[in-house]
Amino acid sequence: MKKLLMTGVALAALAGGASVAGAGDVKIGIILGFTGPLESITPNMANGAELAIAEVNAAGTLLDGSKVVPVRADSTCIDASAATAAAERLVTSDKINAIMGADCSGVTGAILANVAVPNGVVMVSPSATSPGLSTADDKGFFFRTAPSDARQGVVMAEILKDRGFDTVAVTYTNNDYGKGLADSFAAAFKDIGGTVTINTAHEDGKADYSAEVGALASAGGDALVVVGYTDQGGKGIIRASLDSGAFDTFVLPDGMISDNLAEDIGPGLNGSFGQYPGTDSQGAEMFQKIAKDAGFDGTSTFAAESYDAAALIMLAMEMGKSADSAVLKDHVMHVANAPGEQIFPGDLAKAIKILKDGGDVDYVGATAVELIGAGESAGNYREIEIKDGSIETVKYR
Amino acid sequence: MDFLNAIVALGNYVIVPGLTYGAQLALGALGVTLVFGILRFSNFAHGDTMAFGTMVTIMVTWLFQALGIGFGVLPTALLALPFGILATAALLLFTDRAVYRFYRKQKVNPIILVIVSMGVMFVTNALVRFAIGVGEYQFTDGARFLITAGRFKAMTGLDEGLAIRTTQAITVVTAAVAVAVLFWFLGSTRTGKSMRAYSDNEDLALLSGINPEKVVAVTWIITAALATTAGVLYGLDKSFKAFTYFQLLLPIFASAIVGGLGRPLGAIAGGFIIAFSEVTVTYAWKKVLGYLMPEGLEPSGLMQLLSTDYKFAVSFVILVIVLLFKPTGLFKGAQT
Repeated sequence: MKKLLMTGVALAALAGGASVAGAGDVKIGIILGFTGPLESITPNMANGAELAIAEVNAAGTLLDGSKVVPVRADSTCIDASAATAAAERLVTSDKINAIMGADCSGVTGAILANVAVPNGVVMVSPSATSPGLSTADDKGFFFRTAPSDARQGVVMAEILKDRGFDTVAVTYTNNDYGKGLADSFAAAFKDIGGTVTINTAHEDGKADYSAEVGALASAGGDALVVVGYTDQGGKGIIRASLDSGAFDTFVLPDGMISDNLAEDIGPGLNGSFGQYPGTDSQGAEMFQKIAKDAGFDGTSTFAAESYDAAALIMLAMEMGKSADSAVLKDHVMHVANAPGEQIFPGDLAKAIKILKDGGDVDYVGATAVELIGAGESAGNYREIEIKDGSIETVKYR
Repeated sequence: MDFLNAIVALGNYVIVPGLTYGAQLALGALGVTLVFGILRFSNFAHGDTMAFGTMVTIMVTWLFQALGIGFGVLPTALLALPFGILATAALLLFTDRAVYRFYRKQKVNPIILVIVSMGVMFVTNALVRFAIGVGEYQFTDGARFLITAGRFKAMTGLDEGLAIRTTQAITVVTAAVAVAVLFWFLGSTRTGKSMRAYSDNEDLALLSGINPEKVVAVTWIITAALATTAGVLYGLDKSFKAFTYFQLLLPIFASAIVGGLGRPLGAIAGGFIIAFSEVTVTYAWKKVLGYLMPEGLEPSGLMQLLSTDYKFAVSFVILVIVLLFKPTGLFKGAQT
């Protein structure tokens, strides 16, 4: 009797063990700057990623019934050591399978080099756009659904040229993102015959920017390109420029565009323009709809990229039939690009079924994802203009 | 005409911001120098005292705004300022009672008081963040500009505009009034004289019957008034953020030391020296020289001595030079 009981227990344990192996939890780390310069847009980025996860969980078919659990951590956006520690914790103690993140380029590079590559964990960043990450030694573990700023610099130069601006001053936030984008823009603008009068850095987190604006105003230009952050120095520079009458037109790349900015600055910002990653593919609209149903704003900067990043991770898992990063990394490019059936937001359950049956998918998602080169988005941009205090889309590039 | 344009450009980008920033630093440095002169230690908690006073003022401002009390074209915060000063004075008197008095009774080495003030700094800092949060707050209302760049151009027909914000004018005027009152108080009232006596020679002052506890209390109250005024003016002119106030400590100490620790006049001079050196050394002179130089000789480069990245470095270089060649500061303060 006792023996029988023991066998029963052992069998139960075995069965339990088997079920864990077959359909255990898959953990995806969501590492974004919930505090720091991007804290106003990161909540909706995390919502985007968790929306994709919720969609897959609702279908319940991933890897024969695994449940996906998101684990959030704070990248702080600017503090590389804090971000590395947060990522380290997720990998070693939470045992995550892959990382959706990080957000800012500097911390993304730090996590990639110090945590992701040494531990063999796949990272898909929705918003790290520094050109430097294209050539990082990532051993194939790094992807991004946001395009490199080398591309954004070219687009920004074209927008300025089309609007008839020939000379501009440039100020950038003193980090990888700021310098990368400012330099790629300056090079592209010179190539098409424009003049950059000054290309100088500003530090975030200061209250007074009169010295910076004084130098920019002295150099002159028809418009001021502000490669900075909404919640930080970028706003200070714009406010000080408007106050002193130094510039009245501002060119705003992705880090600067948020509803807060238009509200905080007020009418002075009308007529300024810029661009951020976005697309007119039907995926964008579909995403906005499901985001609205889920109770958040899908047009928020990088929310759609975050959805796509999380979706790509899960589809690649299904294709490789494993949640293991070492296997998953070889399938990300495959699910993202043609050939295969096009997958839009809301179709994740369908995609999982196709992959399960051995078919091919081409994930289009919310941002018309097309991964090129070392696994980064080819880049579609939404050109915007600020009219009467609200951000209006002019066209797509 | 070109000459006028050059003057206006210089005024708009160097003189007006420099004067404003200098006045804010001077008020802050006065508080530091007062504590150093009378209580004999460098008060590291000063930046956060400013933040605390500003925070209370902001909260009272919000209350006034909710009640519909305004101050016409002037910011409501000026009405709320006395409440901020009262709360800050209460906080400083409390910390003195709870912390500093113990060490003063022991007659500890000044360096221990400095370390103690750092502890107070962290506590005050946390208190502010806990009460109002870490975000950025704009609390200025009323008319934003005395004159805008556009209107100035239209009025004078010059190519360059001169913008003066209401807050900039208020800052300079309030700072001047505060300094005048302080000097009158220290120079002409009985309490002020007893404070100076206590500062010059503690033992002699005690022998002649000066009550040390009263001197200390009055010092803290004046420090609270100066710190809160400086903080509110800075916040009105720029914005309030707990972190930037913490960072303000550096230029404020630089100002106090350059002027000579313990010398009120030195603190004011130091404030303006630091402010103007930060703005002028990193200013790109291209525009001004372009107006002044004869045709054909205009500079094509930016004519910028140092990139604006080095703004903070400038105050430190000045600090190092002063300490090397005149360790007591420009106005013969205490040896630092």
